[in-house]
Amino acid sequence: MAEFLITTVGLPASLAWTVTAVVAAVLILNVIAGGALVFIWAERKIAGRIQDRLGPTRTGGKFGWLQSLADGIKLLAKEDLMPEGADGMLFRLAPYVSFCASFCAFIALPFAFDFVGQRLNVGVFFVVAVLGLEVFGVILAGYASASKWSLFGAMREAAQVVSYEVPLGMCVVVPVMLAGSMDLVTIAEKQAGWFTNWYLFHDPFTFVIFWVYVTCAVASVNRAPFDLAEAESELVAGFHTEYSGLRWSFFFMAEYGSMFLVSALAAVLFMGGWNGPIPVASLLGLSEGTGDTANYFTRLIGMVNLLGKATLGVLVMMWIRWTLPRLRIDQVMTTCLKYCTPIAAVMFLGAMLWQVALPGGLVPGMGRPAGEIREGWLPGPGGGAASASAPAIVVQVTP
Amino acid sequence: MNPAFAVSVPLLGLISEPVSVAHYLVVGAILFVAGVACMAVKRNALGVLMGIELVLNGANVNFVAFASPYLQAEGGRSIGLDGQVFALFVILLAAAEAAVALAITLNFYNNHATVDIDRADDLKG
Amino acid sequence: MNTLAGGLFAMFEPLVASGLALPLAGVNWHTFFFLVFAAVACGFAVAVVAADNVVRMALYLVLSLGATAGLFFLAGAEFVGAMQLMIYVGGTLVLLVFGVMLTAQAPFVSIKSTAGDRVLAGMVGAALLAVLLQAALSVPAWRKPGAGRVAEPAATPIGMALVGVRVDAPEAGAPAINRRPGYLLPFEIVSVHLLVVLVGAAYLARAKRRKTPRAIEVAASVEPAASVAEHAEIGRDRSRGSSVLAGGRS
Repeated sequence: MAEFLITTVGLPASLAWTVTAVVAAVLILNVIAGGALVFIWAERKIAGRIQDRLGPTRTGGKFGWLQSLADGIKLLAKEDLMPEGADGMLFRLAPYVSFCASFCAFIALPFAFDFVGQRLNVGVFFVVAVLGLEVFGVILAGYASASKWSLFGAMREAAQVVSYEVPLGMCVVVPVMLAGSMDLVTIAEKQAGWFTNWYLFHDPFTFVIFWVYVTCAVASVNRAPFDLAEAESELVAGFHTEYSGLRWSFFFMAEYGSMFLVSALAAVLFMGGWNGPIPVASLLGLSEGTGDTANYFTRLIGMVNLLGKATLGVLVMMWIRWTLPRLRIDQVMTTCLKYCTPIAAVMFLGAMLWQVALPGGLVPGMGRPAGEIREGWLPGPGGGAASASAPAIVVQVTP
Repeated sequence: MNPAFAVSVPLLGLISEPVSVAHYLVVGAILFVAGVACMAVKRNALGVLMGIELVLNGANVNFVAFASPYLQAEGGRSIGLDGQVFALFVILLAAAEAAVALAITLNFYNNHATVDIDRADDLKG
Repeated sequence: MNTLAGGLFAMFEPLVASGLALPLAGVNWHTFFFLVFAAVACGFAVAVVAADNVVRMALYLVLSLGATAGLFFLAGAEFVGAMQLMIYVGGTLVLLVFGVMLTAQAPFVSIKSTAGDRVLAGMVGAALLAVLLQAALSVPAWRKPGAGRVAEPAATPIGMALVGVRVDAPEAGAPAINRRPGYLLPFEIVSVHLLVVLVGAAYLARAKRRKTPRAIEVAASVEPAASVAEHAEIGRDRSRGSSVLAGGRS
């Protein structure tokens, strides 16, 4: 977008970059905030239906559309409390740390081929790294609240998130290995075409790894059945017991933002990202390179596609929450260390061996787009000089 | 002559210059000295550990600055990949060393009921 | 798209024409963000030294190292920056904060050192800083600004180098090096090192069965040291009027 501003509109370069950055940040903020608005309502409706009741039906018509808005107004109007023994600065800072970590990870998440805040070469790594920083907000909140329950909840959650980063990392490495790049845009682009190109169906090991990823992602964002940190029946509300009003809503937005993020990440890594089960854009004749408007509409369709997949993931997480009973802390740790990690390791090994033996996927050459993928991993300028001693790393997909 | 005064004047000059390797080296130096001061001053064992982390990060900033292609002037040479790999290994080894140091600290805490390193004088002659 | 362009043009053209946006137009964002990250990193590093409360020290350290990761990204070392965030901040510092929480009993949260120690450390620190700054500022080759090179993506060359194959080209002005060494041996050594550290730390931190109680248990039974939990209870008692958990008087 910045180049467009510089060439067409004629703005000076740094102003153009400023505008681009501000627009991107505002859009991402709206995704999180708007998403939270929708998901609050969806959660209450889904919870109600699963529990054989209706959920909100009064605010804003028969389906309670404005319930989220009413919740927001209520939270804004609440009294701002702080426990007397609490460490003031840390208490106030904690919600913002959590929210910043959740928000920063969206910078590297692509919504369509060119709709990405910052296209990082190490996109996957960055997203997983920043997601793990959310735990600081939780620990600070637990400590600074000067309350036993808050501290216990915070320590449990910190142990859980940090432990589940290990199998999560291993699960995330498998699509990176299949795509040959940590760039999220490249990984999604390699799955272009029909749904048979998705890494989910690439080989059985990746299929299992996807389900391990789902388990680890749900544990990472502290959703049920792994939500001991906020176990309502045991710890009142865990680490955010002493938070009310707007501060609590920041934790809430961070949680929903993280849920959306891991769902979108699953979609990009395993389910083709913005490339749908049906390649709508190319069927309509709107593929890349047929002009600016066609490009824009292709990407718009792709973005809607990705948002749909991510929303589906979030709804599935809500469904799981209201269906399964909560795990104890020792069961959580057992699941991580005795089940998820070994399974992820074995599946990673299997996917690696599959890639060596059958590089084309389940059925070699089944539906993979032929030709060179744009921006595969080539060495930088001057790589020709080194290629005599290095194996060729140009990615060529043979039909 | 006060050494701090002698370097603060060129430091202020640095702010107006475009960013170069020297800027990163200054940041690295400040982190390093803060780490050394932290190690020297703190009585809490975990405070000393934090000083060690700062020292290693100061060194990392130096490595990355020398390895950066952006800061490489015409005719100059950046050490390229070597600097980044070195910084990577420093991060790994710092994590390993922090784990062991923390295990030692917790053992000390369990045995002496304190983290005050001034009380670690059992071997004092 | 044309309406969007027209709208943007209409919005910004008067701003630029009237000169109000000139300060924005001239800002070198690279310098701006470098100054922001450097100020945060150095400022919070000094705050770590100056703070007394160990929990606040840990928070300041997290912020300082996070800003350092930002500096790494600015310098083009994206992989190292992401690694700093994941391993250093997200792993090592979480470990440190755990240690702080486990030992943050009321008498140990703020341990002050003697004034003599601090003066001595201050003098040594100032002298070391002067020496380092003098060295940093004295080489003219390091003061020249960058030549506007574009960074190549670093993840693949680093990965290949760790497996022993160097794919980054030798520099134009470098002496002819036919085959630069890869990093396979250090990679393997570090892997074994991490395994050893894992085993060693697990051994050091194992739960030991003792016949005589540990010093920490003796201390806890003899004198009710205000542990964090009890400190929390004291805090809860004081906040009884405002906390929802009160369940008593309110």
